[in-house]
Amino acid sequence: MRNRSALILTTVLTTGALTLTACGSRDDKDSEDNGSGGNTTVTIGFDAPLTGDLSALGIGMRNSAELAVKTANKENTVEGVKFKLQPLDDQAQPSVGGQNAQKFISDKGVLGVVGPLNSSVSQSMQKPFNDASLTQISPANTGTELTQGDGWKKGDKKRQFKTFFRTATTDQVQGQFAAQYLIQKAKVKKVYLIDDQKTYGAGLAASFKDTFTALGGKIVGQDHVNPEDRDFKSVASKVKGTGAQAVYYGGEYPAAAPLSQQLKESGAKVPLMGGDGMKSEEFPKLNKKAVGDLGTSVGKPVEELASAKKFIEEYNKNYKENMETYGGGTYDATWAIIEAVKIAVADNGGKVPSDGRAKVLEAMSKVKFDGVTGTVSFDEFGDTTNTMMTAYEVSKGNKWESKFSEAYKPR
Amino acid sequence: MNELPQQLANGLILGAMYGLIAIGYTMVYGIVQLINFAHGEIFMVGGFGALTVSLWLPDGFSLLAAIPLMIIGGVICSVAVGTAAERFAYRPLRGAPRLAPLITAIGLSILLQQAVWKWYPDAKKDRTFPQFSGEPVHIFGADIQRGDFFLIIAAPLCMLALAYYVNKTRTGRGMQATAQDPDTAKLMGINTDRIIVMAFAIGAAFAAVAAVGYGLHNGQVGFKMGFIMGLKAFTAAVLGGIGNIYGAMLGGIVLGVAEALATGYMADVPGMEQFGGGAWKDVWAFALLILVLLLRPQGLLGERVADRA
Repeated sequence: MRNRSALILTTVLTTGALTLTACGSRDDKDSEDNGSGGNTTVTIGFDAPLTGDLSALGIGMRNSAELAVKTANKENTVEGVKFKLQPLDDQAQPSVGGQNAQKFISDKGVLGVVGPLNSSVSQSMQKPFNDASLTQISPANTGTELTQGDGWKKGDKKRQFKTFFRTATTDQVQGQFAAQYLIQKAKVKKVYLIDDQKTYGAGLAASFKDTFTALGGKIVGQDHVNPEDRDFKSVASKVKGTGAQAVYYGGEYPAAAPLSQQLKESGAKVPLMGGDGMKSEEFPKLNKKAVGDLGTSVGKPVEELASAKKFIEEYNKNYKENMETYGGGTYDATWAIIEAVKIAVADNGGKVPSDGRAKVLEAMSKVKFDGVTGTVSFDEFGDTTNTMMTAYEVSKGNKWESKFSEAYKPR
Repeated sequence: MNELPQQLANGLILGAMYGLIAIGYTMVYGIVQLINFAHGEIFMVGGFGALTVSLWLPDGFSLLAAIPLMIIGGVICSVAVGTAAERFAYRPLRGAPRLAPLITAIGLSILLQQAVWKWYPDAKKDRTFPQFSGEPVHIFGADIQRGDFFLIIAAPLCMLALAYYVNKTRTGRGMQATAQDPDTAKLMGINTDRIIVMAFAIGAAFAAVAAVGYGLHNGQVGFKMGFIMGLKAFTAAVLGGIGNIYGAMLGGIVLGVAEALATGYMADVPGMEQFGGGAWKDVWAFALLILVLLLRPQGLLGERVADRA
């Protein structure tokens, strides 16, 4: 008897744990009227890490996508069509992202998907979406090979998946821009290079390294860390002895924040520089010694763009979470799908075509509009035509402050 | 240029943290032969308990004065969770095959993680933990952060207190007796249920102290922090000889120092350039574990005990 009650308890605990895990993606309030009054409902899928340590970025993205959908419904952007956002949580894990992709594909109402955040997750979604002709736009994937193939370094660019688009510029552009900024603006000649071995971090570090050495800089040492770690004292102690003037980190803010702080505590008083994965509002909060650290991000700072004013206003009115780095890009990505649906519907005499996915995909190449981050359109690889880059520095007030913006031409 | 003292200090501090957590694994295993995989999460709950206390305190309250209060808050939380886990998850399974409590422990670990994730305010991402300001102190060629002195002081104190408790007090001796033979101990009038609860409680309290050290060291606590730390501490307990409390601390320190040295120096060994650095440190730490277990299967300080399964 005793054993049986124990068994029941175990089952209850395990089920409880599983239910809690599953609950994660469904804690939002959904009260949109869908499909009423002769309207067709078009679902836009959304995928990003909504739980876990990258959730600050992911939740900012979800809110922005939701805002785009709400705006389109309110302004009746596409006559006779109501949009609905279906957000799923990928926990920043490729396997979960792959499952989510299957979920979107099997739901025939989904005509486009926005996301994900991580390049590594995207790799598990691209192929299924491609086979299903389902359009995917990522506001955050910067891995160059995602659009141009592994041969891009040798100039052998080949489009990988006809369904994959992005509003973010590539690691190639970002790493090169960072290298150029360090050499030309910050006058740094010796850099220690660290990455977290993920698709994003390693790609960024590789692109940085090539340009930095080509411009006459010297990489005085290189190391890799585990993105789950929070203790980087040993690595920091090593940097100190190399005479590096800065450390470039390919990776994201949860590890970058303690890394930066421990670097400075170890006595190597040099700034840490990273890409858009590090340039999060959380970074200076988690890091007591962030002042002087550098980050690059795609597009102009949304606060400086006239086109973004309304977006920021609306966003802050509706959401308490910060929009983070990808808010504007996500809004634009979602809007690009809405525009594509609009074109497809217009070509079909005002109705959503029966082969909606194929028609939306076809329309993507014609999409062009003034979005939050600038003019949004896509080139022959599905990459954004907007290569505006901005360098930021953590100011004395412990906030990211934009330093320098440029429409960067990849080398 | 010589960074050896610095790397040793880094390893020592990390190792003290592993050791304190490892005590919890080793005590529970020594007495009930259960690997409490939820112990990493008990450590995490302790961290959040301490964080809660620090958030309650008024602004400008000195951190030095706050630390005892934070320890108390952390200990209360983790001991409550640890003993509740024993009472409601493990005790009903005491007669069951070994796999049942093991799986329960894994389930409990996920449950605790998700519970903190769900209900602790703003815990869906890492929370900042108070830290000492001021420059590091330079001793014996190493820069030591002010916050790290907490571990340097707390770890030996905890060990001394534990050694005294286990060897000199009545309950402590009862603990040893229960570890040697629970049935006979029961016949001799020892309340084994109470002893087992004590083992869980002490392990949880030590984990909470380690969690305060973790927070001061890294400046943040997060709901996922228990997983890696728990795994490493378990390794430390095995390395030192599971069931032996001194072994747990020694194992922790050996593991911490091995990690620091592997990060700092492995790349300098000729032919090993690509196997050095932060990414490979765990590989070397576990290679060390395998080596020790090959030569001394009972761990560094473990005694050869007949399996009582």
